[in-house]
Amino acid sequence: MSKLNRKALAVLAAGAAMVCASLVAPTTGQAADKSAKHYTFAMITHGQLGDTFWDIIRKGANEAARKDNVKLIYLAAPEASKQADLVTNVLQQHVDGIALTLAFPDAMRPVLKKAQDAGVPIVGFNAGSDDWKKLGLEMYVGQDEVIAGKAVGERLNKEGAKNVVCVDQQQGAVQLEERCDGIKQTFKGKYQILYVNGYDMASAQSRIQAKLQQDPSVDYVVTLGAPFAPTAVTAAQMSNSKAKVGTFDMSPRAVNLIKQGKIAFAVDQQPYVEGYEAIDLLWLNKTNGDVVGGGEPVLTGPAFVTKDNIDAVAEYAKRGTR
Amino acid sequence: MSTVAERAAARSDKTQLVHQPLWKTVLKRPEAGALGGAILVFIAFYIVAPPFRQVPAFTTVLYQSSTLGIPAVAVALLMIGGEFDLSAGVAVTTSSLVASMFATEVAGNIWVGVAFALVFSLAIGALNGFLLVRTRLHSFLVTLSTFLMLQGLNIAITKLVTGNVATEDISMMPGFASAHAVFASTINIAGINVSIAIFYWVLFVIAGTWILLRTKVGNWIFAVGGDADSARAVGVPVRAMKIFLFMVVGFSVWFIGMHMLFAYDTVQSGAGVGNELLYIAAAVVGGCLLTGGYGSAIGSALGAFIFGMTTEGVIYADWDADWFMFFVGAMLLIATVVNTWIRARASMGV
Repeated sequence: MSKLNRKALAVLAAGAAMVCASLVAPTTGQAADKSAKHYTFAMITHGQLGDTFWDIIRKGANEAARKDNVKLIYLAAPEASKQADLVTNVLQQHVDGIALTLAFPDAMRPVLKKAQDAGVPIVGFNAGSDDWKKLGLEMYVGQDEVIAGKAVGERLNKEGAKNVVCVDQQQGAVQLEERCDGIKQTFKGKYQILYVNGYDMASAQSRIQAKLQQDPSVDYVVTLGAPFAPTAVTAAQMSNSKAKVGTFDMSPRAVNLIKQGKIAFAVDQQPYVEGYEAIDLLWLNKTNGDVVGGGEPVLTGPAFVTKDNIDAVAEYAKRGTR
Repeated sequence: MSTVAERAAARSDKTQLVHQPLWKTVLKRPEAGALGGAILVFIAFYIVAPPFRQVPAFTTVLYQSSTLGIPAVAVALLMIGGEFDLSAGVAVTTSSLVASMFATEVAGNIWVGVAFALVFSLAIGALNGFLLVRTRLHSFLVTLSTFLMLQGLNIAITKLVTGNVATEDISMMPGFASAHAVFASTINIAGINVSIAIFYWVLFVIAGTWILLRTKVGNWIFAVGGDADSARAVGVPVRAMKIFLFMVVGFSVWFIGMHMLFAYDTVQSGAGVGNELLYIAAAVVGGCLLTGGYGSAIGSALGAFIFGMTTEGVIYADWDADWFMFFVGAMLLIATVVNTWIRARASMGV
């Protein structure tokens, strides 16, 4: 075979590989590294479909998948057993790595065992900052929810709050409970928790209103999800309550209200970074054997967003990546 | 044949002759049981929850009830007509999403989006009805399918159009102020903030009751739900009635969808799931039979009111939040048992 022919063949092969790559993963754009194996990673969350927060995580994950040239399977189920089923499902698809939220750590134990036996690397993220090590994971990306909660509790002390209500939109989810626990640990005043229906705003508003009417001395409402913060502001107006509102996480609307001074603060855990890093760490682990974090979580928060620093963040929040 | 007819005529003569005391007539209405349940729940919370006794608390309860109650009136009519609609919960979100996205992406004015959403919601209702009469499947299956499809479409289309899973904040759009005033304004009555949704709820209940009890269409609804074949035999347009009833649900869903949109400015595309069962529960607690042919519009309002009182009352009573859903379920069970008991007593004394 002449040298020219061989060259032509190589070019042809490379071209075919690129076509294949683009067929397999239309989202990945151009192949970054043609020599590397084309991995498939799964991201499995307990997020509710259609929730803004989880969409930001997914955007981060997509971006990492694009840059790392891997195929990403994103799946979500807000119930423990269904989320565990999804892990089994992707294991049967022989994925090369799994990024998993540990909102229901105990339910994940059996499927994690299966994954570990199969040698599939797993990165924990977003939820489960207390449990990832116990479950034998090597890496975890996220905000330590208890630390974030404690930071909020201290902030409330500094602002002179006496009676705070913590609004939880998904009863039984560990990371939300941890936030509340963190607040409870550091906050010096009276602390109460209120569960609302995360799927129905009118119902959430009525319940917050009812709470504020039941206990008029409440002077701070902390929502655990950003979509519920504007609702809490409305509920406070409707019930003629003086309570201030602070929230975990952000949304474009919450950002607007922070600008207007109607929401006092948002605790940003940078979900985009969580999604991005979870996939990127899997990639580093597969391609270079890296374990990042040195046995500690890779922290993405907490950072307080208030009226003073909102302008720097607003642009990205509007774009839907913060 | 003639003997049957004679017997029936004799029976109807007899019932016309017997004069019943007023209380018995009232107790025999479909909603009597629900009224008893509502009074019981009200008294219970009035005793155990001091904040429940305030007027502002009452308006909060009514608001929560109205957001369930408006679709529940239409769902009650549909159930009397013998059918279910499981798609109503997510269809509310569909309607808000359609209005918001059509206004921001295509029309540039809120009201165009509102009108488009109305057409869209009526079309979904018509589609449900059409599929039902064409396939002859049970409405449970037909609307379960549309429910799941809408749930997927809500998220997928929203993401396709906006790039996010929630719609953009529409509070700066032209037409927002007037639309907000119509669908979601708050009226201050003697220092108490009352949502306009409560008044619309009352209107819906009155309209529903009038249709059922005072019009030919109302008679047809009972006939279609009681025995479709007999109804057809006496000339009731059964298929058209079924499609019409699904479109009525479509209308109510659009209305509450507009309220949700203008009250909360943005819509999360995953919202609304689970509410379809609450609408049906409100109708059933209010006296509708799951088999059709029996029920009332006022009953659905009482059912929604019981649910509103229970969910809010548990908070006013300051019971442990972890037990919240348990208390809601237990109160509903008690209300329903009292309801059935009253109905049984009333019909025994014929």
